[in-house]
Amino acid sequence: MTSPSTVTKSMTMGEAGLTSGFAVSAFVCFLAVAMGHDSAFSFHAALGCAASLIAVVVIGNRYLDRPAALPPAEIDGRPNYYFGPIKFASAMAMFWGIAGFTVGLIIAMQLAWPALNFDLPWTTFGRLRPLHTSAVIFAFGGNVLIASSFYVVQKTCRTRLAGDLAPWFVVVGYNFFILIAGTGYLLGVTQSKEYAEPEWYADLWLTIVWVTYLIVFLMTLVKRKEPHIFVANWFYLAFIITIAVLHLGNNPALPVSFLGSKSYIAWGGVQDAMFQWWYGHNAVGFFLTAGFLAIMYYFIPKRAERPVYSYRLSIIHFWALIFLYIWAGPHHLHYTALPDWAQTLGMTFSIMLWMPSWGGMINGLMTLSGAWDKLRTDPVLRMMVVSVAFYGMSTFEGPMMSIKVVNSLSHYTDWTIGHVHSGALGWVGFVSFGALYCLVPWLWNRQLYSLKLVNWHFWISTIGIVLYISAMWVSGILQGLMWRAYTSLGFLEYSFIESVEAMHPFYIIRAAGGALFLIGALIMAVNLWMTVNAGQANETEGADILQPAE
Amino acid sequence: MSLWNRHKIFEKNSIVLIVGILVVIAIGGLVEIAPLFYLKSTIEAVDGVRPYTPLELAGRNIYVREGCYLCHSQMIRPLRDEVERSGHYSLAAESMYDHPFQWGSKRTGPDLARVGGKYSDDWHVTHLIDPRSIVPQSVMPGYPVLAKTEIDPSDIAAHLRTSRAVGVPYTDEQIASAAADLKAQTDPDNPGLDAFQKRYPKALVRNFDGKAGNPTELDALIAYLQMLGTLVDFKLYNEKANLR
Repeated sequence: MTSPSTVTKSMTMGEAGLTSGFAVSAFVCFLAVAMGHDSAFSFHAALGCAASLIAVVVIGNRYLDRPAALPPAEIDGRPNYYFGPIKFASAMAMFWGIAGFTVGLIIAMQLAWPALNFDLPWTTFGRLRPLHTSAVIFAFGGNVLIASSFYVVQKTCRTRLAGDLAPWFVVVGYNFFILIAGTGYLLGVTQSKEYAEPEWYADLWLTIVWVTYLIVFLMTLVKRKEPHIFVANWFYLAFIITIAVLHLGNNPALPVSFLGSKSYIAWGGVQDAMFQWWYGHNAVGFFLTAGFLAIMYYFIPKRAERPVYSYRLSIIHFWALIFLYIWAGPHHLHYTALPDWAQTLGMTFSIMLWMPSWGGMINGLMTLSGAWDKLRTDPVLRMMVVSVAFYGMSTFEGPMMSIKVVNSLSHYTDWTIGHVHSGALGWVGFVSFGALYCLVPWLWNRQLYSLKLVNWHFWISTIGIVLYISAMWVSGILQGLMWRAYTSLGFLEYSFIESVEAMHPFYIIRAAGGALFLIGALIMAVNLWMTVNAGQANETEGADILQPAE
Repeated sequence: MSLWNRHKIFEKNSIVLIVGILVVIAIGGLVEIAPLFYLKSTIEAVDGVRPYTPLELAGRNIYVREGCYLCHSQMIRPLRDEVERSGHYSLAAESMYDHPFQWGSKRTGPDLARVGGKYSDDWHVTHLIDPRSIVPQSVMPGYPVLAKTEIDPSDIAAHLRTSRAVGVPYTDEQIASAAADLKAQTDPDNPGLDAFQKRYPKALVRNFDGKAGNPTELDALIAYLQMLGTLVDFKLYNEKANLR
């Protein structure tokens, strides 16, 4: 290290606190294994016990191995950025992405060929579907968001990430939450609230991790060297805070026993439905939109080497987006037993939401002005630009589907699934891939192994997305029309099972699209692996400073 | 231009930015959610809706555990084709004791809000164990394990007690007799049946899975499916009185 260590070595508060905290947690979990009321709970307690013991050993070892002084915040006047936790989260993102896409492909094939359910409790569609959604949204998407936010906040604040162990606690703790949630689904541990399925103890653990995440992010902002908070950080902050509020609002539950997995949610019936879709739609709005818009606002300008198109547009679009999104939840409950006034509010605000969404799209796309030629030569930038185009498309489709008459046809059908995936695969998937293609070379200080492979990834995945969403559009609209078709004598024309039968070819096309998307991701994993392990070292790191918006 | 300059307070002050975000995101949620708890028109006044029997509740928990809601909705919309296909549109009151709600968001299979009484117990037994043996085009998974797994009656009272704590009006008597009621509902010869049916009006008492012995998960799930949507008597229901 640069400075000779004159400090005597002692444990930091974080090291001492976490070591003793994990020691206590290991003991508590050990008791819970022995006294657990159901095997799933005991299994999770055993995982908790093992993880706590490993944490004690790892933190202890890290303390013994480290020099007396903690890493300096600056070296030679330049910030000494903290990349370890970001590298971990990036690698986990790639891992969970492949896992989540694979499970998605499996459940898509189960709908085409139901024998693939194998009729075992832990392999049926009903248990694998939450595994797919959580793996892609929270495991893949969440790790991309945590990794990119920790990178962007350091770079745009020109300061080292706050905390020493805290960032590690966030990334490892978050992935442990995913492990508990995912294994729980396979064992039948679920609250059955879509995208909020984990049971009470996983929810509590996530709360602790998420609050730490907020604190690390905020403390880094507080010690920034730049006078202004960069626009990407507004979006990250809105994402972190709102997800915390949504998580707490949607999940209050009373366990049947504090030694068992089952709980009953505090809300019931119509109120529970409203809470759920207030949460559910804003998981889309703040996790899958605000967070990834933050990625757009940093990575596209950086990659295109152009400033953000409009500073004022970003202000308007930021506040309008977060204000309007929160209202949109009831469009998931059109024509249900939710009172009409709430449905009408939800529809109205969903339509208005089109405007700030396209404001964001325009700001992202127009950032390319003067650099459009780069789309020919840089497939990474192309991927991110196409993702913004998909964002524009699905944020037009969404408001349209939230109109009650359109919704009366589209709701409960595959059209919803198609809409979700044009956003998830096209927007979230592609902007995440673009960000990882940028991040991995930056973090490991390597050149990307192969742009040609990125090109292959781009085209294979794009064809996969097109197959997926067009199959779901056709099947969804067909389904909706079959359900409401009448004969000339005024009888319902089709039985329900005839509509199920009619879906078969589209389910096969959809699975083919999903397979292509997965192949693309596998190509990406190889490319990133080679970048880290066989890539050429980069001579100079890219400039730290973003140009201000014009 | 002054307004644009004013925005600097958010950009230069992380705590002000946080407060701004919190205020902006709080409004929509408060306006849409809070009134549902005090507007009386939210949930209709209806006769017949009662808390689940212990066996039905156990069945409902299996429905939740297996993720049935991912393919089956329990919410009939007031549209001509849905009402003709599935029955009277769903009322908010019919799910007021549901923690969590099971309205669902997708119909890979049909709506189940009023599936109760539409098929025989035998049909459900065959269909749940091997759906394609009775509906060849079905894409539903089979659940043979349900028939082989007995329900543990020892903690069902704790489930009722927890439900009561979150707002389901179970009585002390219902909680005290929960374990016995769980068994009684599958045993038409049980001497305690009169008292049971007073505690839970309209509860069906049958050997649902058709097998002798203790109640299985299949018994519980079928008991739940067979009562879905049957509690409200729509011959007596006055739609006009509850105009929303």
